[in-house]
Amino acid sequence: MVTAASVPARTGIIRRPTATTGWWSWFTTVDHKKIGLLYGFSAFAFFLIGGVEALLIRSQLAKPDNTLLNADQYNQIFTMHGVTMIFLFVMPMSAAFFNYLIPLMIGARDVAFPRLNAFSFWVFILGGLFLYSSWFLGGAPNGGWFGYPPNSTTDPSIGMTFYALGLVITGIASSAGAVNLAVTVVNMRAPGMTLFRMPVFVWMGLVVQFLLVFALPIITVALFEMLFDRRWGTHFFDPTAGGQPLLWQNLFWLFGHPEVYILILPAFGIISEILPVFSRKPLFGYQFVVFSGIAIGFIGFGVWAHHMFAVGLGPVANTAFGITTAIIAVPTGIKIFNWMGTMYKGDIHFDSPMLFAVGAVAMFVIGGLSGVTHAVVPSDYQQTDTYYIVAHFHYVLFGGAVFGLFGAMYYWWPKVFARQLNELWGKVQFWILLVGFNLTFGPMHILGLGGMIRREYTYPAALGLTFWNQVSTVGAFLIALSTLVFILNAALTQRRSKGLANEDPWDARTLEWTTSCPPPIYNFEEIPVVHSIDEFWHRKYVEDKEGRLVRVPAGASDHPADGHKEGHAIHLPSPSFWPLVAAVGLPVIAYGVLYSWWLVGAGALVTVVGFMGWAMEAPVAE
Amino acid sequence: MADTTAHAAPVEHTSTGLPSTKLAMWLFLASECLLFGALITTYVLYRGASTTGPYPNQIFDIRYTSVSSFVLLASSLTMVLALTAAEQRDFARMRLWLVATAMLGLTFVGGQVYEFTSFYHEGLSIKSNLFGTTFYVLTGFHGVHVTVGILMLLSLVGMSWAGRLPDDQAFPVEMVGLYWHFVDIVWIVIFTVVYLIPQPKPAG
Repeated sequence: MVTAASVPARTGIIRRPTATTGWWSWFTTVDHKKIGLLYGFSAFAFFLIGGVEALLIRSQLAKPDNTLLNADQYNQIFTMHGVTMIFLFVMPMSAAFFNYLIPLMIGARDVAFPRLNAFSFWVFILGGLFLYSSWFLGGAPNGGWFGYPPNSTTDPSIGMTFYALGLVITGIASSAGAVNLAVTVVNMRAPGMTLFRMPVFVWMGLVVQFLLVFALPIITVALFEMLFDRRWGTHFFDPTAGGQPLLWQNLFWLFGHPEVYILILPAFGIISEILPVFSRKPLFGYQFVVFSGIAIGFIGFGVWAHHMFAVGLGPVANTAFGITTAIIAVPTGIKIFNWMGTMYKGDIHFDSPMLFAVGAVAMFVIGGLSGVTHAVVPSDYQQTDTYYIVAHFHYVLFGGAVFGLFGAMYYWWPKVFARQLNELWGKVQFWILLVGFNLTFGPMHILGLGGMIRREYTYPAALGLTFWNQVSTVGAFLIALSTLVFILNAALTQRRSKGLANEDPWDARTLEWTTSCPPPIYNFEEIPVVHSIDEFWHRKYVEDKEGRLVRVPAGASDHPADGHKEGHAIHLPSPSFWPLVAAVGLPVIAYGVLYSWWLVGAGALVTVVGFMGWAMEAPVAE
Repeated sequence: MADTTAHAAPVEHTSTGLPSTKLAMWLFLASECLLFGALITTYVLYRGASTTGPYPNQIFDIRYTSVSSFVLLASSLTMVLALTAAEQRDFARMRLWLVATAMLGLTFVGGQVYEFTSFYHEGLSIKSNLFGTTFYVLTGFHGVHVTVGILMLLSLVGMSWAGRLPDDQAFPVEMVGLYWHFVDIVWIVIFTVVYLIPQPKPAG
């Protein structure tokens, strides 16, 4: 896509924009790095919103029989907390890192389809705003992020219709992004960058994109069926007409369990990048880490009914899914042991990225172990729908994924912004987060086993649940404090003038660090030629006769100097308006489904015009 | 997907040697398999589960639908002829076959609209029973896919006519063709599952 010499320049419907600076350029950009930043900032904003919702939940539960929120408000808030954190924070934040880093890590100048990339982002953000507009249009979704019918299909408020439509929209964004990134990894690698020389982060990215490609259509169908039931009175999940609510559960979790790995595998990739750099050793058992990631991807489609043990599927189904669930713990365990092997006898440096990575591994292990206890069906009967489950999935998804993502922010901040986040404040943030996190979610194990059920907006004092709920609430505010520390750290860092003393501050191993900080728009002056795993490391170090590492003096390497020259001979696709135009039509269609067929027509027209303009556009502005 | 038409330069160097657009189209179609898989599964799960009529055997006109199915399958042939013409660089003939493909598709969709209308008048609405619900949604999703395909075919014709396709016009035709054949193949499954396999006797 870099050169398109065979297509003569022609005038499209309108002039293709050229500006790559200025605020308007953010609306037309097709540069994977800018799109990565857009994803990152939007996802972080949703993280803050979802966090405020979490604080409201914890404040409501801080004392028994509390009246801060009523049941209806509580339902909306816990539903939107889950939907936000999963679909509007962790997924797009992972997409941010994949977008920014995958082309740099494989030696490419952009993703395979730059405009499709922009389209994915705009569809995602518009879908998120569409979901949030429900607060002002009659009430937010209130049936849980899992949306079980018949509760979700018979609820009289408009919220769950927003849920169905909004998640279809964000699903379109993720599907388009997944196809794009998967093709990028398969097809855009630099010479010599064989699959088994790719950084593990890229591998995990590839697995995640395949999971998205195969899991999202299933939830899309389920959401359409819910939408039809709610909007047009069909009977998909209507037991009075012979429909089975269980169908929703099967479709939802057939998506929902791969989704869990969609959320955690990016963090596994991040951990696999950070640990070797800060242990100053190559990743232990690279092939094992890669293949266990692939194995998780496959087995992840075969464990969905463990979310439904208490439904009454019968002993055969429950046993089978209990066994597959125990099996999927094996590749995950392999990864944990490989990470420990990576650190073993390493020259470990506990900089902030490393703290978060090690923290993620430790917290994930706790969540993984409580997960194994639900794989045992009789034990799960006691735990299902209690706070024990809430504790479990927060340990894996917050403890694993969110700690990993924070580690990634500290690690790649210099690459993206040419400034280093303050180490001291980074460590302060980590320790407040670690303590706050464990205070919040640790007691939930006790609460759950003590009989506190999920999704209830309050509890009576007589149950004796008050103390641990209060501890949990204090912990939640500590998490908020640590987030505040992060924001202050980032804001103060950004006020410093640009420029790093060393453009390779961590002595890193992978190709993205061969570029300047931030990378030029074309990424690489010359496409690098790759000779090994950890290519950049091998360009910096050789072994002497005794097998000791010796740094190659600058300029003595036989690789072309990665000098930062002007890349005038490089043709990149110009920015474009059309992805935004095509994306704008989708929420209009969705509002039309709620309010008027005219809007559906108008939205469809906008989207079709957007795609037409897109197709007719010359690759480079005249 | 829309990248198919404008700038998939055939000279592009890729790791696999395959054009990125083709890989993307295959991946998209793989995803579509799961979409139709879930819809067809829903239909099959609810076969014979309707608690009230009308039932399929009272509604279906197999002869009518067989003809419109034949029309849709014939459009795969004209699609192949369009691609062959494009590969021979006979672009006028290519456009002719593309228009023929679109017209056959349009005939199919028109037939579906007629079928839906007559079923509705015979008392089967999307709300009537599970059969109506699953039938209209499954075949409706397919009809929307055919319609999108028709839009893509007509855009190809227009762009080729206006000289806006790349020199190698066969490539975008092949890409749209992949989608078109996929939609046809899905119809073979839907037609078999929905119309041809006899439904179990209604429960009540």
